Amino acid sequence: MKLQFSPADEAFRLDVRAFVKAHLPDDIRRKVALGLRLEHADYVTWFRILEARGWLTPSWPVEHGGPGWNHVQRYIFDEETLLGGAPRIIASGIQMLGPVLHAFGTEEQKRKYLPDIRQSNTWWAQGFSEPGAGSDLAAVRTTAVLEPDGQHFVVNGHKVWTSYAQWCSMMFALVRTDPNASKPQEGISFLLVDMASPGLTVRPIRMLEGGTDLNECYLDNVRVPVENLVGELHKGWSYAKYLLGHERTGIAGIGSCKQQLARARQLAAQQGLGDDPVLQARLAQFEVELMALEFTALRLLSAHQQSRTPAVEASMLKVRGTELRQAIFEALLDIAGPDAVPFSLDAQKLEHLDEAVTDPTLVALAANCLDARKLTIYGGTNEVQRNLIARATLDAF
Amino acid sequence: MDFSLNDDHLALREAVQRFCDGEYPAEHRGTAETPEQTQRRWAGMAGLGLLGLPFPADAGGSEQGPVEVMLVAQELGRALGGGAFVASTVMAGQLLMRLGSSAQQRRWLPGLASGTLQASVALYEDGARYDWQQVQLQARANAQGHVLNGRKTGVLQGDSAGLLLVVARTGGQGNERQGLTVFAVDANAPGVQVQGFDTLDGRRAAHVTLSDVVVDPDRVLGVPGEGADAVEAALDAAIAALCAEAVGVVDALMVHSAEHLRTRKQFGAPLAKFQVMQHRMADMAIALEQLKSMACAAAMAVDAGEPAQRRRLVSAAKVLVSQWGRQLGLSAIQMHGAMGMTDECRVSHFAKRLIVIGQLFGDASWHLKRV
Repeated sequence: MKLQFSPADEAFRLDVRAFVKAHLPDDIRRKVALGLRLEHADYVTWFRILEARGWLTPSWPVEHGGPGWNHVQRYIFDEETLLGGAPRIIASGIQMLGPVLHAFGTEEQKRKYLPDIRQSNTWWAQGFSEPGAGSDLAAVRTTAVLEPDGQHFVVNGHKVWTSYAQWCSMMFALVRTDPNASKPQEGISFLLVDMASPGLTVRPIRMLEGGTDLNECYLDNVRVPVENLVGELHKGWSYAKYLLGHERTGIAGIGSCKQQLARARQLAAQQGLGDDPVLQARLAQFEVELMALEFTALRLLSAHQQSRTPAVEASMLKVRGTELRQAIFEALLDIAGPDAVPFSLDAQKLEHLDEAVTDPTLVALAANCLDARKLTIYGGTNEVQRNLIARATLDAF
Repeated sequence: MDFSLNDDHLALREAVQRFCDGEYPAEHRGTAETPEQTQRRWAGMAGLGLLGLPFPADAGGSEQGPVEVMLVAQELGRALGGGAFVASTVMAGQLLMRLGSSAQQRRWLPGLASGTLQASVALYEDGARYDWQQVQLQARANAQGHVLNGRKTGVLQGDSAGLLLVVARTGGQGNERQGLTVFAVDANAPGVQVQGFDTLDGRRAAHVTLSDVVVDPDRVLGVPGEGADAVEAALDAAIAALCAEAVGVVDALMVHSAEHLRTRKQFGAPLAKFQVMQHRMADMAIALEQLKSMACAAAMAVDAGEPAQRRRLVSAAKVLVSQWGRQLGLSAIQMHGAMGMTDECRVSHFAKRLIVIGQLFGDASWHLKRV
């Protein structure tokens, strides 16, 4: 047992820190620090900077542009980029579809799609959730019927909560290909859909904090070439589970917790609460809980260095990490006090900050706090995660 | 960063498990020990080499570190066993190793390792709560050595300790760090009065009054007035061990609770079918994983020895052990219903041990300030 990171890991940390400091554009750093919405161009700019350094696709095999990092290096990278004020990496293409295509895609699919994901030329929408299938993903009802000539699927259905669909040119979707399968998990397939296909309509959903980055996607007789099927017909559920395993590990979000806790400390000082004993106790409690989460992530990762983090442990990290982050966001709201009340979407733009009636550091705070409610809902609600943990726990003990 | 256990660790853990399975029958765990049981278990631990685990080889020890202590404490926690292991081997042993000359170490450590002698640190005083630097007990130097006067409270296993390591003030005042000196006092020395009492968890502790106790110069540990650093280090080593013990206790509670939920039926179904129960279990499991991590981190920080890091991680671990340990204990009682409140049900004993661990050596709010 050893508590210290190795000298090589520490050197890597400094390397990442210096890189972020030197290469992250100031306007992007400022937007992230203030919690402002990022534009498509902001993400693409940063992702291309990372890609040029070979750092955008940590979960990809080395031969396809992965950096070959071990779990500790990946952990350090996530933490340092977020602490340095960089945008998080949008998961859908890079962290979700990428690993699935590497594992189950045809050579043709890999050749056709992976380079554009790496270059941020193509953004992918995640076509999983439906109005009747949220955490109960296996209830998807969108159908894909193979045409008699066997060349195309015809897809009909309604996908929802599709992040950034307005910027996406492709979608990976779970569709029902065998309505008569004996279990809901069977008979689902994993399809790649061109967003420009006739019959596919995207409609933005306005969220409680004013954001419009989530969308509904209607598929009305959308024709999808049969070569866009990933893996085997009716086996899509197992690829989705593989993908969600990747999603969950990341959403412990320890780097984000640290980022927001640092923000809370700064704001507390700014709001004259630096010596407030009640608030300081609350922040100290967060720090302790964050430490426990971080050591747990490192311990569980090191115990499973060879394999991917097993589902139950990923669920534990997800539950803890997201609930802690929400608690920190609520503390931020309390720190803002009465200044959390004024609200202007217009003022939440870098170029209009001077129109705000509060300090720029507070202008997006309430919106951020509300937006953070998604953390315990997406990727399988925390209730569903607890069901999984309980099942494993009751079996194990 | 490495949390892995090596083969020696696994072998040690297995040996302690076997010992506990034999000595602490599942249905009696937590019941107050008879004197014969205490004696036999203590001798058994000595035979396994546990009582001298961290001591130098020439003092009857096997020179193991805080990680090994952690593994032992976890297993003892699972059995609600261990007697004076933390008080004598870990805390008093650490203090003797830090401050004692080699002659002093050879004088006392072999007895501790073989189980013929128990030691305990007499640290806290009336009204000081957890501020161990708040020492009024005076040691005045005279021709024969020092004369000690004052009172110590809550000395763990104090009435079975033959040797008391008394923290006294030879200089300074109030809660100043400077001026604290540790004296190795025989419990049966003239003027030492030990008032033993039962504790909430079925164990023993004592208040100790010292009235004109004359202590020879060869019983002064370390440089007079400079004892605080070593005392704090010993305290941190003890806290880390208690955190590890709490992990074992919580682990045992999980076993009991899962078993109960699987077997107990109400409204025509096992309790395990009810989602509120499942979510309680899930929260317990999540907390347990984190307590395990923090117990490891605390042990490793004690091992690394850098004081600022040690304080921070040990205190962080203790905050969560105090808060979550108690919460989990009480939650397990709730899951067991009225049975959980009986003396017969083991869950109540595990919960009481967690409550006591939470209150010892600084509660959550004390350690939150120290993080």
